[in-house]
Amino acid sequence: MATQRSNRLMNSPTTGWLMAFPATAVIFMFIIVPFLLGFYFSFTNQRLISPNPAEWVGTSNFHQLLDVSVLSLQPQRDPATNEIVKEADGSLTYPSVRSITRNNPDFPQYNGMKEWFSWTSGTTREVVVAKDVVFMKAMLNTFEFVFIVAPVQGGLALLLALMINQKLAGINIFRTIFFMPVVVSIVVVSLLWRFIYSGDNGLLNGMLSFLSFGTFKPVDWLGNPLTALPAIMVMSIWQAVGFHMVIWLSGLQTIPVSLYEAADIEGASNWQKFRFVTWPGLRNTAVLVLVVITMQAFTLFSQVQVMTAGGPLDATQTIVFQALDHGYAKQDISAGSAISVILFIIVISVSLLQRYLTREKTA
Amino acid sequence: MKKMIFGGTLLASLLSSAAVFATTPLTMWYHGAGNEVEKKILTGIIDDFNKSQGDFAVSLEQFPQKAYNDSVTAAAAAGKLPDIIDVDGPVMPGWAWAGYMAPLKIDAASYAKFLPGPIGKYNGQVYSVGLWDAAVAMVARKSVLDANGIRIPTVDKPWTGDEFEAVLQKLKASGKFEYPLDLGMAWTGEWYPYAFSPFLQSFGGDMVDRNGYKTADKVLNGEAGVKFGKWWQHLFKDKLAPGTSQSPADRDSGFTSGKYALSWNGNWAALGALKDHDDVVFLPAPDFGKGPKIGAASWQFGVSGSSKNQDGANKFIQFALQDKYLTAFSDGIGLIPPTPESAAASINYKQGGPMAVFFGLSKAQAVVRPVYPGYAVAAKVFEKALADLSNGSDVQGTLDAAADEITKDIEKNKGYTK
Repeated sequence: MATQRSNRLMNSPTTGWLMAFPATAVIFMFIIVPFLLGFYFSFTNQRLISPNPAEWVGTSNFHQLLDVSVLSLQPQRDPATNEIVKEADGSLTYPSVRSITRNNPDFPQYNGMKEWFSWTSGTTREVVVAKDVVFMKAMLNTFEFVFIVAPVQGGLALLLALMINQKLAGINIFRTIFFMPVVVSIVVVSLLWRFIYSGDNGLLNGMLSFLSFGTFKPVDWLGNPLTALPAIMVMSIWQAVGFHMVIWLSGLQTIPVSLYEAADIEGASNWQKFRFVTWPGLRNTAVLVLVVITMQAFTLFSQVQVMTAGGPLDATQTIVFQALDHGYAKQDISAGSAISVILFIIVISVSLLQRYLTREKTA
Repeated sequence: MKKMIFGGTLLASLLSSAAVFATTPLTMWYHGAGNEVEKKILTGIIDDFNKSQGDFAVSLEQFPQKAYNDSVTAAAAAGKLPDIIDVDGPVMPGWAWAGYMAPLKIDAASYAKFLPGPIGKYNGQVYSVGLWDAAVAMVARKSVLDANGIRIPTVDKPWTGDEFEAVLQKLKASGKFEYPLDLGMAWTGEWYPYAFSPFLQSFGGDMVDRNGYKTADKVLNGEAGVKFGKWWQHLFKDKLAPGTSQSPADRDSGFTSGKYALSWNGNWAALGALKDHDDVVFLPAPDFGKGPKIGAASWQFGVSGSSKNQDGANKFIQFALQDKYLTAFSDGIGLIPPTPESAAASINYKQGGPMAVFFGLSKAQAVVRPVYPGYAVAAKVFEKALADLSNGSDVQGTLDAAADEITKDIEKNKGYTK
């Protein structure tokens, strides 16, 4: 009977295609077409609002975003003696970066670039200049976010999963509590955390001041370039940890109880049980959690949009925020598409690298 | 029996649609969804118009302000723009350039007496006219100024830059306020270019070189621009004004609750301030060298470029420019009526009215924001530059970067010519 039925399906594939049609059409329209259009736009000068038709501009959008070079500045020398001029406090004077990067016909290759960061080696001052310093900062911030959030969120989620994977009365209450932030909209969560982080009378400042008997000086968590990104990290970890906890939990529950019983008979300690039974059993779950968190972390956006809008001083700029800023606020669809393409390449490379590093080593 | 009823309704619907056929339907989009007062006034005008003639019937569609510009952009891409478009003054050139809007063909006499702000001119043609204008003033309490021995400035004799500095220092030294000045840094978005670019203009700089609109170099980041930038930065460094982390609640209630001594705020907030303190005064902008300046232009009405009934749309706009409607909007939502007659008839702006001073402020100081299609980009760049400066970024570097970005955008759009 069963074979007959499947044969009938195989013989009339039209029905199958018809059934798949609505979903396929929607995926094609809203995912595949925009994806391809994004690639195409990134090589044109497409605008959001313009009467002019778009033109092919090659890779200039990518150059505009990614070009970086190093300027070596020599200290000023006395024209007569050729000695290096020293200030009263012993510091050296260098020509300003501005004099080289702004309309200087001698250095056309640096035109329009801005100082990103600099250091001094010997008497030479090396300045890294970039075409789009804000985008460079956005990339750095995003990577920093991923490298901290992915392991911490994954680890914390595992810890929570291990704790609530017990048969205790009322354990479901804890599961619900940990999972709750996941269900609430990220925008709402971000707004609430803005109050928590508020500089003058925020909850966090109030608590720290209470716990330290008033010796703690209030910090403007989101208004200070040093604390803004860490503040968003903490809030993001807290918000999504419940989701990954549930994934870990499902992984934990696929590990056969018999393995633990055998371990008990062997007299294994709790740590040994975790190290040799639980962890190997969670292998595939771990790969999944890692890849998912990494991908989500790379697309950090809503929290930034609601809490800091990229500020202060670009401390919380991210790649996706920049894509929206260029593509929408500044009406340059081509630059926004180019940023999306860059993000796509970054995410797919990192995911493939993760797959490679976590592959089953059979040898 | 059933068939007969069906036939009857069919006939009725045919008849009714035939009745509509005589009048051409026009659609109008408006940005103020959710505001009952605005809706009532606007539907009142529309009803009057529809009754006054038999050729056109206007119907209104409202959008929330935040989604309005997006909706127009999307509709333009889909070829589904309404006949009558509501447009924010500084955005108009962009839409006109892109062909979303057509120049108005209405009698120039109908807006001859208007304040300059509500008239949207681009490339020598009028594309939009507003039924009101908005103005910004330095809101203060007379008792506070008197107690600190501060002169009350007038439009003819505003505070100079140095005098303003002394005022802020005096108010700070009084120790009674958290900050002497509230600029409204919590209001991100269009507020920054609208409220703060006039300061830059008073210093002698601008967001972009208005002479041909080809570059921002040497205008935004020139000597005057840098002087403005240093002054702007010092306001925050010296704790004279709350910075970007000001909470919106403090912005709304900080002045009335006595946290701030001065508040740089719009006429729409004036009624609230007047309700809490009876000695509130609305002062002109300080003069940093090139005269006191404030931003002009609010929402205005125009005709869609793709409308098949531009004639009717023009007729409606002309109809709406009657003094009684200008007064109605002013009385309803506190905006500045654009003609002397409509002001005289209004509750708040008539001679001796509580906000009459705004009419004079607008008349004497108002300058429109840069009139070119790239304004939307320049506004975003300017906003970020001011936020960065207030957080302590390098003045010359920040303004250089901003000027370059604005210039590059103009170049990328081939000078915003077609």
